[in-house]
Amino acid sequence: MKIKNILLLITSIFLMTQVYYAAAVTTDIYPFKNTQQEERFSVLLQNLRCLVCQNQNLADSNAPLAEDLRQQIYEMVIKGDSDDEIIKYLLKRYGKFILFKPDLDPNTYLLWIGPFILFLMAGIAFGRFVYRRRM
Amino acid sequence: MKSRFIYLMPLLIFIGLFIVVFIRLQMPIDPHEIPTALLNQPIPQFEITLLNNEKQSLSTKDFMGHVSILNVWATWCVTCREDHELLMKLAKSEPLIIYGLNYKDSKQESLAWLARLGNPYRKVGFDQQGRVAIDWGVYGTPETFIIDKTGLIRYRHTGPLTESVWKKEIKPLIVELQA
Repeated sequence: MKIKNILLLITSIFLMTQVYYAAAVTTDIYPFKNTQQEERFSVLLQNLRCLVCQNQNLADSNAPLAEDLRQQIYEMVIKGDSDDEIIKYLLKRYGKFILFKPDLDPNTYLLWIGPFILFLMAGIAFGRFVYRRRM
Repeated sequence: MKSRFIYLMPLLIFIGLFIVVFIRLQMPIDPHEIPTALLNQPIPQFEITLLNNEKQSLSTKDFMGHVSILNVWATWCVTCREDHELLMKLAKSEPLIIYGLNYKDSKQESLAWLARLGNPYRKVGFDQQGRVAIDWGVYGTPETFIIDKTGLIRYRHTGPLTESVWKKEIKPLIVELQA
Protein backbone atom coordinates (compact mmCIF):
# COMPACT_ATOMS: atom_id res chain seq x y z
CA MET A 1 0.00 0.00 0.00
CA LYS A 2 2.74 2.41 0.97
CA ILE A 3 4.70 1.73 -2.18
CA LYS A 4 1.61 2.44 -4.20
CA ASN A 5 1.24 5.84 -2.53
CA ILE A 6 4.84 6.74 -3.15
CA LEU A 7 4.50 5.75 -6.78
CA LEU A 8 1.38 7.88 -7.05
CA LEU A 9 3.22 10.86 -5.57
CA ILE A 10 6.15 10.46 -7.94
CA THR A 11 3.79 10.18 -10.89
CA SER A 12 1.88 13.31 -9.95
CA ILE A 13 5.08 15.32 -9.46
CA PHE A 14 6.24 14.12 -12.84
CA LEU A 15 2.94 15.11 -14.42
CA MET A 16 3.07 18.56 -12.87
CA THR A 17 6.40 19.28 -14.48
CA GLN A 18 4.90 18.28 -17.80
CA VAL A 19 2.60 21.27 -17.99
CA TYR A 20 4.02 22.82 -21.10
CA TYR A 21 3.87 26.35 -22.07
CA ALA A 22 1.27 26.00 -24.81
CA ALA A 23 2.35 27.10 -28.28
CA ALA A 24 2.79 30.85 -28.18
CA VAL A 25 0.90 31.29 -31.39
CA THR A 26 -2.70 32.10 -30.80
CA THR A 27 -5.19 33.30 -33.32
CA ASP A 28 -5.96 36.31 -31.14
CA ILE A 29 -2.53 37.79 -31.73
CA TYR A 30 -2.29 36.78 -35.37
CA PRO A 31 -5.70 37.04 -37.05
CA PHE A 32 -5.93 35.52 -40.52
CA LYS A 33 -8.43 35.90 -43.31
CA ASN A 34 -8.69 32.17 -43.92
CA THR A 35 -7.70 28.92 -42.27
CA GLN A 36 -5.33 28.09 -45.09
CA GLN A 37 -3.09 31.02 -44.21
CA GLU A 38 -3.31 30.16 -40.56
CA GLU A 39 -2.30 26.60 -41.28
CA ARG A 40 0.67 27.72 -43.38
CA PHE A 41 1.75 30.13 -40.67
CA SER A 42 1.73 27.49 -37.99
CA VAL A 43 3.52 24.88 -40.13
CA LEU A 44 6.22 27.42 -41.02
CA LEU A 45 6.79 28.36 -37.39
CA GLN A 46 7.03 24.75 -36.33
CA ASN A 47 9.72 24.01 -38.88
CA LEU A 48 11.88 27.07 -38.28
CA ARG A 49 14.44 27.18 -35.56
CA CYS A 50 14.81 29.93 -33.02
CA LEU A 51 18.32 31.39 -33.16
CA VAL A 52 18.37 32.29 -29.49
CA CYS A 53 16.83 29.23 -27.82
CA GLN A 54 18.32 26.85 -30.28
CA ASN A 55 16.37 23.75 -29.36
CA GLN A 56 13.03 25.44 -29.76
CA ASN A 57 11.15 26.29 -32.89
CA LEU A 58 9.83 29.73 -33.66
CA ALA A 59 6.35 28.75 -32.49
CA ASP A 60 7.48 27.76 -29.00
CA SER A 61 10.23 30.23 -28.23
CA ASN A 62 9.63 33.21 -25.99
CA ALA A 63 12.77 35.00 -27.07
CA PRO A 64 12.16 38.56 -28.31
CA LEU A 65 13.84 37.73 -31.61
CA ALA A 66 11.45 34.81 -32.13
CA GLU A 67 8.57 37.18 -31.47
CA ASP A 68 9.89 39.59 -34.09
CA LEU A 69 10.39 36.81 -36.61
CA ARG A 70 6.87 35.52 -35.97
CA GLN A 71 5.56 39.01 -36.68
CA GLN A 72 7.67 39.25 -39.83
CA ILE A 73 6.48 35.85 -41.09
CA TYR A 74 2.88 36.73 -40.20
CA GLU A 75 3.05 39.88 -42.28
CA MET A 76 4.57 38.00 -45.20
CA VAL A 77 1.85 35.34 -45.07
CA ILE A 78 -0.85 38.01 -44.99
CA LYS A 79 0.82 39.79 -47.88
CA GLY A 80 0.50 36.59 -49.89
CA ASP A 81 4.16 35.53 -50.05
CA SER A 82 4.65 31.83 -50.73
CA ASP A 83 6.33 29.47 -48.25
CA ASP A 84 9.31 29.35 -50.56
CA GLU A 85 9.68 33.11 -50.59
CA ILE A 86 9.44 33.29 -46.81
CA ILE A 87 12.03 30.57 -46.30
CA LYS A 88 14.33 32.18 -48.85
CA TYR A 89 13.98 35.47 -47.01
CA LEU A 90 15.07 33.84 -43.75
CA LEU A 91 17.83 31.76 -45.32
CA LYS A 92 19.35 34.87 -46.82
CA ARG A 93 19.64 36.47 -43.39
CA TYR A 94 20.22 33.61 -41.01
CA GLY A 95 21.52 30.77 -43.16
CA LYS A 96 20.64 27.11 -43.08
CA PHE A 97 20.80 27.09 -39.32
CA ILE A 98 17.22 28.32 -39.22
CA LEU A 99 15.90 25.14 -40.83
CA PHE A 100 15.03 22.45 -38.32
CA LYS A 101 15.07 19.81 -41.02
CA PRO A 102 18.42 19.98 -42.82
CA ASP A 103 18.01 20.08 -46.58
CA LEU A 104 19.81 17.78 -48.96
CA ASP A 105 23.16 19.28 -50.02
CA PRO A 106 26.74 17.96 -50.25
CA ASN A 107 27.26 18.74 -46.56
CA THR A 108 24.36 16.59 -45.47
CA TYR A 109 24.53 13.67 -47.95
CA LEU A 110 26.06 11.42 -45.32
CA LEU A 111 23.41 12.41 -42.81
CA TRP A 112 20.57 11.59 -45.17
CA ILE A 113 21.98 8.58 -46.98
CA GLY A 114 24.19 7.15 -44.20
CA PRO A 115 21.45 5.15 -42.47
CA PHE A 116 20.47 3.48 -45.75
CA ILE A 117 24.08 2.55 -46.48
CA LEU A 118 24.45 1.07 -43.01
CA PHE A 119 21.21 -0.83 -43.45
CA LEU A 120 22.36 -2.16 -46.79
CA MET A 121 25.69 -3.25 -45.32
CA ALA A 122 23.94 -5.01 -42.45
CA GLY A 123 21.61 -6.71 -44.94
CA ILE A 124 24.50 -7.98 -47.05
CA ALA A 125 26.35 -9.23 -43.97
CA PHE A 126 23.26 -10.99 -42.73
CA GLY A 127 22.58 -12.49 -46.16
CA ARG A 128 26.11 -13.86 -46.38
CA PHE A 129 25.86 -15.26 -42.88
CA VAL A 130 22.66 -17.12 -43.66
CA TYR A 131 23.98 -18.32 -47.02
CA ARG A 132 27.12 -19.73 -45.45
CA ARG A 133 25.17 -21.56 -42.77
CA ARG A 134 23.17 -23.31 -45.45
CA MET A 135 26.23 -24.51 -47.27
CA MET B 1 41.10 -15.85 -39.17
CA LYS B 2 39.56 -13.55 -41.73
CA SER B 3 36.01 -14.25 -40.64
CA ARG B 4 36.86 -13.49 -37.03
CA PHE B 5 38.03 -10.06 -38.07
CA ILE B 6 34.67 -9.46 -39.73
CA TYR B 7 32.88 -10.18 -36.46
CA LEU B 8 35.07 -7.62 -34.77
CA MET B 9 34.14 -4.92 -37.29
CA PRO B 10 31.02 -3.59 -35.53
CA LEU B 11 32.97 -3.19 -32.30
CA LEU B 12 35.82 -1.42 -34.09
CA ILE B 13 33.41 0.92 -35.87
CA PHE B 14 31.72 1.66 -32.58
CA ILE B 15 35.04 2.46 -30.88
CA GLY B 16 35.99 4.65 -33.84
CA LEU B 17 32.73 6.60 -33.63
CA PHE B 18 33.10 6.88 -29.87
CA ILE B 19 36.56 8.43 -30.23
CA VAL B 20 35.42 10.89 -32.92
CA VAL B 21 32.38 12.00 -30.92
CA PHE B 22 34.38 12.24 -27.71
CA ILE B 23 36.99 14.47 -29.31
CA ARG B 24 34.35 16.68 -30.93
CA LEU B 25 32.58 17.13 -27.60
CA GLN B 26 35.80 18.20 -25.92
CA MET B 27 36.47 20.87 -28.51
CA PRO B 28 35.60 24.38 -27.39
CA ILE B 29 32.89 24.99 -29.95
CA ASP B 30 30.24 27.50 -29.02
CA PRO B 31 26.93 26.26 -30.44
CA HIS B 32 25.60 29.79 -30.21
CA GLU B 33 27.98 30.95 -32.89
CA ILE B 34 25.96 30.62 -36.04
CA PRO B 35 27.78 30.87 -39.38
CA THR B 36 27.15 34.19 -41.05
CA ALA B 37 24.89 33.90 -44.06
CA LEU B 38 25.65 37.44 -45.16
CA LEU B 39 29.43 37.11 -45.25
CA ASN B 40 30.79 38.64 -48.48
CA GLN B 41 27.26 39.67 -49.40
CA PRO B 42 26.12 43.25 -49.95
CA ILE B 43 24.63 44.94 -46.90
CA PRO B 44 20.83 45.00 -46.85
CA GLN B 45 18.83 47.88 -48.29
CA PHE B 46 17.55 49.80 -45.30
CA GLU B 47 16.85 53.20 -43.91
CA ILE B 48 16.20 54.01 -40.29
CA THR B 49 15.83 57.21 -38.28
CA LEU B 50 18.61 58.27 -35.97
CA LEU B 51 18.52 57.87 -32.22
CA ASN B 52 19.24 61.54 -31.63
CA ASN B 53 17.44 63.05 -34.59
CA GLU B 54 14.19 61.80 -36.07
CA LYS B 55 14.63 63.85 -39.22
CA GLN B 56 17.88 62.20 -40.24
CA SER B 57 18.56 58.61 -41.05
CA LEU B 58 21.13 55.87 -41.26
CA SER B 59 20.88 53.97 -44.53
CA THR B 60 22.68 51.74 -46.99
CA LYS B 61 24.21 54.79 -48.67
CA ASP B 62 26.16 55.67 -45.52
CA PHE B 63 28.29 52.56 -45.94
CA MET B 64 29.49 53.26 -49.47
CA GLY B 65 32.94 54.53 -50.36
CA HIS B 66 34.76 53.77 -47.13
CA VAL B 67 35.46 50.95 -44.71
CA SER B 68 33.06 51.06 -41.79
CA ILE B 69 32.06 49.24 -38.65
CA LEU B 70 28.49 48.60 -37.58
CA ASN B 71 27.99 47.81 -33.93
CA VAL B 72 24.60 46.53 -32.75
CA TRP B 73 24.04 47.47 -29.14
CA ALA B 74 21.49 48.09 -26.40
CA THR B 75 21.59 49.54 -22.91
CA TRP B 76 20.03 46.36 -21.51
CA CYS B 77 22.94 44.34 -22.85
CA VAL B 78 25.64 43.94 -20.24
CA THR B 79 28.40 42.92 -22.63
CA CYS B 80 27.69 45.98 -24.76
CA ARG B 81 29.18 48.16 -22.05
CA GLU B 82 32.56 46.49 -22.44
CA ASP B 83 32.28 46.83 -26.20
CA HIS B 84 31.48 50.47 -25.69
CA GLU B 85 34.71 51.08 -23.80
CA LEU B 86 36.77 49.56 -26.58
CA LEU B 87 34.82 51.44 -29.26
CA MET B 88 35.44 54.72 -27.42
CA LYS B 89 39.14 53.98 -27.35
CA LEU B 90 39.16 53.08 -31.04
CA ALA B 91 37.13 56.12 -32.03
CA LYS B 92 39.82 58.29 -30.43
CA SER B 93 42.90 56.48 -31.65
CA GLU B 94 42.01 55.03 -35.05
CA PRO B 95 40.81 56.59 -38.30
CA LEU B 96 37.55 54.64 -38.26
CA ILE B 97 33.96 55.23 -39.21
CA ILE B 98 31.79 53.51 -36.63
CA TYR B 99 28.03 53.32 -36.97
CA GLY B 100 25.73 52.04 -34.29
CA LEU B 101 22.41 50.26 -34.39
CA ASN B 102 20.48 50.65 -31.19
CA TYR B 103 18.50 47.43 -30.82
CA LYS B 104 15.08 47.09 -29.14
CA ASP B 105 15.79 49.72 -26.56
CA SER B 106 14.34 52.84 -24.97
CA LYS B 107 15.29 56.09 -26.65
CA GLN B 108 15.64 57.96 -23.37
CA GLU B 109 17.93 55.41 -21.77
CA SER B 110 20.05 55.06 -24.88
CA LEU B 111 20.58 58.79 -25.17
CA ALA B 112 21.44 58.96 -21.47
CA TRP B 113 23.96 56.15 -21.91
CA LEU B 114 25.71 57.97 -24.76
CA ALA B 115 25.69 61.22 -22.80
CA ARG B 116 27.20 59.52 -19.78
CA LEU B 117 29.72 57.17 -21.39
CA GLY B 118 30.52 59.03 -24.58
CA ASN B 119 29.52 58.53 -28.20
CA PRO B 120 31.94 56.66 -30.47
CA TYR B 121 29.42 56.50 -33.32
CA ARG B 122 29.14 58.75 -36.33
CA LYS B 123 25.46 57.85 -36.56
CA VAL B 124 23.22 55.62 -34.47
CA GLY B 125 20.08 54.11 -36.02
CA PHE B 126 17.17 53.65 -33.64
CA ASP B 127 15.76 50.17 -34.26
CA GLN B 128 13.12 49.85 -31.59
CA GLN B 129 11.22 47.08 -33.39
CA GLY B 130 14.33 45.15 -34.37
CA ARG B 131 13.32 45.22 -38.04
CA VAL B 132 16.57 46.45 -39.50
CA ALA B 133 18.42 44.00 -37.27
CA ILE B 134 16.52 41.14 -38.90
CA ASP B 135 17.67 42.37 -42.30
CA TRP B 136 21.25 42.20 -41.06
CA GLY B 137 20.68 38.70 -39.69
CA VAL B 138 21.31 39.85 -36.12
CA TYR B 139 20.32 37.35 -33.44
CA GLY B 140 21.69 39.00 -30.33
CA THR B 141 23.70 41.87 -28.97
CA PRO B 142 26.46 42.83 -29.24
CA GLU B 143 27.21 42.12 -32.86
CA THR B 144 29.80 43.84 -34.96
CA PHE B 145 30.12 43.97 -38.72
CA ILE B 146 32.96 45.22 -40.90
CA ILE B 147 31.85 46.60 -44.24
CA ASP B 148 34.26 47.28 -47.10
CA LYS B 149 34.29 50.25 -49.46
CA THR B 150 31.89 48.64 -51.89
CA GLY B 151 29.33 47.82 -49.22
CA LEU B 152 30.12 44.13 -48.79
CA ILE B 153 30.00 42.57 -45.34
CA ARG B 154 33.50 41.20 -44.81
CA TYR B 155 33.40 40.17 -41.19
CA ARG B 156 30.95 39.63 -38.40
CA HIS B 157 31.65 39.16 -34.75
CA THR B 158 29.00 38.03 -32.28
CA GLY B 159 29.56 38.62 -28.60
CA PRO B 160 32.04 40.86 -26.84
CA LEU B 161 34.74 42.67 -28.75
CA THR B 162 37.90 42.08 -26.82
CA GLU B 163 41.31 43.68 -27.30
CA SER B 164 42.61 40.40 -28.67
CA VAL B 165 39.76 40.05 -31.18
CA TRP B 166 40.47 43.59 -32.25
CA LYS B 167 44.22 43.09 -32.59
CA LYS B 168 44.19 39.63 -34.14
CA GLU B 169 41.14 39.71 -36.37
CA ILE B 170 39.58 43.09 -36.93
CA LYS B 171 42.49 45.47 -37.20
CA PRO B 172 44.46 43.48 -39.80
CA LEU B 173 41.31 43.15 -41.89
CA ILE B 174 40.56 46.85 -41.71
CA VAL B 175 44.13 47.74 -42.68
CA GLU B 176 43.84 45.36 -45.62
CA LEU B 177 40.48 46.76 -46.71
CA GLN B 178 41.55 50.36 -46.38
CA ALA B 179 44.60 49.84 -48.54
